[in-house]
Amino acid sequence: MKQLILGNEAVARGLYEVGCSFVSSYPGTPSTEITEAVAKYPEVYAEWAPNEKVAMEAAFGASLAGRRSFCGMKHVGLNVAADPLFTISYTGVNGGMVIGVADDAGMHSSQNEQDSRHYARAAKIPMLEPSDSAEALSFAKLAYELSEQFDTPVLLKMCTRVSHSQSVVETGERVECVKEYKKDIPKYVMMPGNAKKRHPVVEARTKALIAYAEEAAINRIEEGADHKVGIITSSTSYQYVKEVCGDTYPVLKLGMIWPLPAEKIRKFAASVEKLVVVEELDGFIESYCRDLGLACVGKANFSNIDELMPLTVAAQLATPWETGVKLSEAIPPRPPVMCAGCPHRGLFYTLKKNKITVLGDIGCYTLGAVAPLSAVDSVICMGASVSGLHGFSKSQQGAMDGNTVAVIGDSTFMHSGITGLVNMAYNESNATVIIVDNSITGMTGHQQNPTTGFNLKGDPCAKIDLETLCKAVGIRRVRVIDPYNLSECDTVIKEELAANEPSVIISRRPCALLKYVKHSKPLTVDAEKCVGCKACMKIGCPAISIADGKAKVDETLCVGCGVCEQLCKFDALQSPKEV
Amino acid sequence: MKTQNVMIVGVGGQGSLLASKLLGRLLLSKGYDIKVSEVHGMSQRGGSVVTYVRFGDKVYSPVIDKGQADYIVSFELLEAARWTEYLKPGGKIITNTQRINPMPVIIGAAAYPEDLETKMKDAGIDLDALDALTLAEQAGSSKAVNLVLMGRLSKYFDFPEEEWMTAIEASVPPKFLEMNKIAFKLGANA
Repeated sequence: MKQLILGNEAVARGLYEVGCSFVSSYPGTPSTEITEAVAKYPEVYAEWAPNEKVAMEAAFGASLAGRRSFCGMKHVGLNVAADPLFTISYTGVNGGMVIGVADDAGMHSSQNEQDSRHYARAAKIPMLEPSDSAEALSFAKLAYELSEQFDTPVLLKMCTRVSHSQSVVETGERVECVKEYKKDIPKYVMMPGNAKKRHPVVEARTKALIAYAEEAAINRIEEGADHKVGIITSSTSYQYVKEVCGDTYPVLKLGMIWPLPAEKIRKFAASVEKLVVVEELDGFIESYCRDLGLACVGKANFSNIDELMPLTVAAQLATPWETGVKLSEAIPPRPPVMCAGCPHRGLFYTLKKNKITVLGDIGCYTLGAVAPLSAVDSVICMGASVSGLHGFSKSQQGAMDGNTVAVIGDSTFMHSGITGLVNMAYNESNATVIIVDNSITGMTGHQQNPTTGFNLKGDPCAKIDLETLCKAVGIRRVRVIDPYNLSECDTVIKEELAANEPSVIISRRPCALLKYVKHSKPLTVDAEKCVGCKACMKIGCPAISIADGKAKVDETLCVGCGVCEQLCKFDALQSPKEV
Repeated sequence: MKTQNVMIVGVGGQGSLLASKLLGRLLLSKGYDIKVSEVHGMSQRGGSVVTYVRFGDKVYSPVIDKGQADYIVSFELLEAARWTEYLKPGGKIITNTQRINPMPVIIGAAAYPEDLETKMKDAGIDLDALDALTLAEQAGSSKAVNLVLMGRLSKYFDFPEEEWMTAIEASVPPKFLEMNKIAFKLGANA
């Protein structure tokens, strides 16, 4: 049957058809929908793990047990899971194991734009790179064949434009695939004596994979009329090349980008006058070509910054391209903002008002750094707020303890904040961690996590109690606040910062976008009372603006959270009385 | 058929993903090759969002670059002005006249440009502007702006109304079906 589906959904369909029966992932844009989509097939066990390392190790366990397994993550998630990755490369697999990783060139929703292809080379693991949904489906299936044939985990590399583009796929039926577990100490116990014997196996495997890559249909040459230029490309870059050049130049389209087919590349290079490598982010294929001694045009012409676009390719391949009319008018930018009614807003307002230094973390609440709140001082990676706070506090010998906090979300805290908190308790830093508990993983589009009481399939399950957890690691002061209540926020934050021991504040209120959250009626402005002081504008709510010198509430956006009402000294902003 | 390009632009949260889903369904039923590119994640939180819909005999790029769009459907006036460079010569912008202030305007760091409709027309842009928010409210919900605009877009394609209705039925929950159909028709006939 023909279907129009996202690249991520196509991967999920491939997993289903190829008989994958175990999926463990951590959500991260642009990878999230793979796991959400595969969870809809009853034949596949699918779960959200607390982080990517746990997910990959769980997938390895399932592979060891003889099942075809998968773990999915975004590019930065692969950093978290890099530890098992490098050693699973040595052990190989029992049931096929595929690791889905989605890069985010252009940083639509990420903190960096690292190129995951380097991991394939560094960990000596084959990597397939689809260029649309049809390939996402077929490559996902092929990945399992390769995994079992070559006894290796396989990386399936996605990117924003493949993950989040819908294109047409032809679907097939599921084939079950189950192997027996067999105890094999030399293969699976990676102590030095055994690992030393596995490393040569890995090197031999790479050689065998290169031989495969030379013949593989997914590394194909598409003929072109004009051999003045020959293009090596993969992924969406391939689509842009075809969009711009059509069949003008011959193209070597690589579906497997590690290990690379040296002979095929050499032959292709010899058949054209000028070799051009078109690839997104780093010059990965280009470097390989240069190692082979081939002259080529690559990153000197195509930037390694930001995502590639058709126009960039056209400009470099001297293809004429007419752009549209640009208005002379300055168009103000529209950056993402915290939603109206976001429970994080009241908390960040309080932190800013008290001039508190905030080590932030990854999630919606990163938006606390955006004007007018501008209340976040650093954001690095998942969990870095808590561990960073410890270093910040210790290195200042307590001088900053009264005015420095970490802010981290519930899901992020479970991902890797808890280890930082253990360090704070163990090594006794006198600082305050604020867990913003909105009862969901927000930014990636509402995924359950260990603190929500529901699993990926939406069924009730064990719920981690944050208060008990924090106390169990040795934090004696644990307080819970409602971020809609500004005076409570203010009082508790001041008290905890003044305390002479580490503390945790849980700022708890569910995400305003959750379906079960009931909204109050929009606030009204009493124009007689409003003096236009703009105090309500300090919270950066998208529902409030100033029109004709008075506050104005956008009724389509306001959810009646009442935070602005608490800032108004003139009683001009009013919650409607419930009738 | 030569590839046709439709950009759907707006503010995160306005429902542009449903609009592209609906259009994609319709085009699939017509047997075209299609690519629909969306943005998820942080950009959805009230930021400027864009969805690309491309269809024809064979579609390569999932995105539409400057000068390629046959139609730009904008859910908000400033967003229409932001993307004019992407319009093909001879292309058309269908825009909601609703204004949503971006944060830099709300906090006074920037001004919302005045007379954008006139300025776009003066720049030679073929503009079809309508008050989709009011029409959506007439249909029963301010959230139906997306269906009003899809209705408007339908005027420029040769697909029969029944086919649009079938695509709508497959894309929206039954509870809101009638309201969405009314919104679509209001947009088409406005």
